[in-house]
Amino acid sequence: MHRPGMLHVALVRSQSPHARLVSVDTARCASVPGVRLVLTGPDLPGIPDLDPWIGPAFKDHPLLAIDKVRFVGEPIAAVVAESVEAAGEGAALVEVEYAELPAVFDARIAAQPGAPLVHERVEPARAFPDLAHLPTLTGTNVCYQYRLRRGDVEAGFKAADFVFEDAFSSPPAQHASLEPHAYLAEAEPDGKLTIWSTTQTPSFVRSELADAFHLPLNRVRVRVPYLGGGYGGKMYDKHEPLVALLARLTGRPVKLVLSRGEEFHTITKHGANIHLKTGVMRDGRIVARHVQIFWDTGAYADIGPRVAGKTGFASAGPYRIEHVWVDSYCVYTNKPPAGAFRGFGMPQVVWAHERQADLIARRLGIDPLDFRLRQTLDEGDEFATGTALQSSGLRACLEQAAEAIDWGSRHKAHSAHFSAPEDAEAPITNLRRGKGIACGLKAVIFPSTSSAIVTLNADASATVYTSTVEMGQGSETTMAQFAAEVLGLPLEKIQVHPPDTDITPYDTITAGSRSTYHMGNAVRLAADDVRCQVLDAAAQRLEVSSADLEMADGDVFVRGAKERRVSLPDLFSLSFGGRGSTVVGHGRFTPTTAPVDPESGMSAKSTEYWFPGATAVEVEVDDQTGRVDVLRVAAAADVGTAVHPAHCRQQIVGATSMALSLALFEEIVFDGGHVVNPSLADYMLASALDVPPEIVPIVVQVPHPGGPFGAKGVGETAIFSLAPAIANAVADAVGVSLVDLPITPERVLQAISVAKAPTTNRAGSAHFSAPSDR
Amino acid sequence: MRPVQLTINGEPRAIEVAETALLLEVLREQCGLFSVREGCGVGQCGTCTVLLDGRPVSSCLLLAALQDGRSVETLEGLGRPELGELDPIQAVFLEHEAFQCGYCTPGFILSVKALLAERPDPTPEEAREYLAGNLCRCGAYPEILKATAAASARLRGVQGSECAL
Repeated sequence: MHRPGMLHVALVRSQSPHARLVSVDTARCASVPGVRLVLTGPDLPGIPDLDPWIGPAFKDHPLLAIDKVRFVGEPIAAVVAESVEAAGEGAALVEVEYAELPAVFDARIAAQPGAPLVHERVEPARAFPDLAHLPTLTGTNVCYQYRLRRGDVEAGFKAADFVFEDAFSSPPAQHASLEPHAYLAEAEPDGKLTIWSTTQTPSFVRSELADAFHLPLNRVRVRVPYLGGGYGGKMYDKHEPLVALLARLTGRPVKLVLSRGEEFHTITKHGANIHLKTGVMRDGRIVARHVQIFWDTGAYADIGPRVAGKTGFASAGPYRIEHVWVDSYCVYTNKPPAGAFRGFGMPQVVWAHERQADLIARRLGIDPLDFRLRQTLDEGDEFATGTALQSSGLRACLEQAAEAIDWGSRHKAHSAHFSAPEDAEAPITNLRRGKGIACGLKAVIFPSTSSAIVTLNADASATVYTSTVEMGQGSETTMAQFAAEVLGLPLEKIQVHPPDTDITPYDTITAGSRSTYHMGNAVRLAADDVRCQVLDAAAQRLEVSSADLEMADGDVFVRGAKERRVSLPDLFSLSFGGRGSTVVGHGRFTPTTAPVDPESGMSAKSTEYWFPGATAVEVEVDDQTGRVDVLRVAAAADVGTAVHPAHCRQQIVGATSMALSLALFEEIVFDGGHVVNPSLADYMLASALDVPPEIVPIVVQVPHPGGPFGAKGVGETAIFSLAPAIANAVADAVGVSLVDLPITPERVLQAISVAKAPTTNRAGSAHFSAPSDR
Repeated sequence: MRPVQLTINGEPRAIEVAETALLLEVLREQCGLFSVREGCGVGQCGTCTVLLDGRPVSSCLLLAALQDGRSVETLEGLGRPELGELDPIQAVFLEHEAFQCGYCTPGFILSVKALLAERPDPTPEEAREYLAGNLCRCGAYPEILKATAAASARLRGVQGSECAL
């Protein structure tokens, strides 16, 4: 994008993980030809009418580091110049003097009393209703603790035949949308602000900009073109307020496009350490589970508290468990901020509970699929949080995914961990085959609100106005389908307007697999509003009750008597003011919830709907090199009604491909707070070569009574359970236990050598962590 | 600045380029060819793929000043947009919905074009190998590979007539 007179930005970033800023010298930078402005963090408090702190959970994040830096790569100064090159040249000449402070890089250590404090004091943001209870924080790095207390977990452990303890970890990772974050802001002389942003949350960005500059909401316009991928990485505000500030200070349009390296310092997927202690009976029934999770949210909380809460909520797994105790901690460290990532923390917790499910099943000699099916939550069962499951096809997902990879033939073909040679003359091989399965159940974010406007024209064309962001998931098509269905119009008669906060009404977020359900309902209501107005007008003209009328193909007619009709052009001329007029409908949808007890976390209705999924895989493991080849994947997702079956299958296949990349390759590696691999040359993403030729998407349909035409959501469902399914298949193939991601050849080899070693020293392998047989 | 002669999408162009300017930057900023997109800047993701004398290259790795006399093809050169006509490869990508967000799509289409020019009937393995230099973070690989096979069939089956659709 380009605007006349546009300036470009380069950011000066911290080289220290934690330090006081002693000085930021911009003199040499300012003398570079083409440089128009150098703004430093320490300058920010002196700017009138500016609140320089942002963040969706806590107002903990300064637009530029003000008094101290909290991670390597944190922006300290912004250089604004006539060209990208001049800005970059200037940025290289800014001299920063640091006074180093002790830094902390491990969330488990940072959570302890006496650890170096990343923040001395932070204030809550109060931007979202589910985070409205966050307090002011002082003297701790734990920025949120989620608690769930169900039954009596200690009594449960006493009653259990066995108690197993295992620890699991997931590394920090990158969203790596191929389009980076990009912003273009302009400020009009009268103060009105317009910004084009790669954001999944235009409504939230508008509020944040209004707050930052003390502007009324209608003086801030956020526009969002199609995104080149989001996956949670473009949520809430990132650099929008900074770029808007630079546009205000220079009076010129200002553009910032992040480099790939900068992406790694902007937002990440949470690394997590999860400890599970689980009491089971001899028949495999889980009776008690204690969960402790440490989420490494980096130097700024971003949406970490919600990740810790929503996944702590689901961390005991989709099983009937009488006694549950969960502590889920969101912890500051001196690393780049971690936030939303497709699945919102579920991949990390599903990795833990589904790996442990297999470990327990193997220890007890129970088939892993049977182990799950014996205690899977079914329709009407109460989830650990006290909410009854509604519209949940989890069992069907498990059964159908297993069937698709011939689970039943597993033991015959895989006895003694040897792949059955297909031909008797085949040479002896290092390749071992195995099958694995895993499942997950996510609750949709709650509460949240979507609004939509639908306008109908006299020529029977209609436009849908929503702030739902199209980033490849197909939301434009789906929203058009809902409007077309209600208005009885063909799909090609519907336009969907891109998000533009001057025009499109409020929406909480485009994330969390919520848009089809929430915005779908809002669009349905808005279209219904239009339909009612049209039918009422037609009822007068045709002298019948509107209840007897129908709308189809641009006509309104009496049900069962199609000849008694009025066309939309005629009706508009007669009743709505003429040929060019519009009928406008509005819809707003906010699901209701029941209060959550703050001490126990229990609630009669703590979410609006659930999306279950299961993944089954067959792998081939080279026991000499540790290489894991995923031969085939079957991924099942319960989507409610499949509004657009092809798009549902695409979401399942796409999430599976991404999950495979995360499971086998992806990890942001740190050394002393520095990202070691901030480049796609060193941070590997799966290519067409890595993705198995056979990914079978299975669309399970359990319609939800509250969904638009029964639909739920599907964007995240297939991302939860692939990694544990692969690790479970590796265990099936070569009999070793993996507890850390990603599943690299080194890790697999290491696990094989531990398993082969004499039994004296098996530390580090959760496989063998002392079950207490009573 | 240095003058270079390039044939861009079939049209000879004389352009003054900065000695340090990347081909990617010149195509976007001086030629307005915005289908050429930077994804990683280090030649790993393939979103900036263009055809240089018919071969797929990462335009983020090449200095424009060193490409004097060469021919560059971008997505804008495919089909006949002024008549609303798509290249057959574009058409099969649409039919197979071989994309989600679409950011990587221009690079993939050009790589498929180069693949099918080199090997009109690639095996699935050859196609996977050839396209491994293009990344799709949405994970539409299975659909992209299906579209590649369909494009191969279409180009071999109905040569000229289908191209002029």
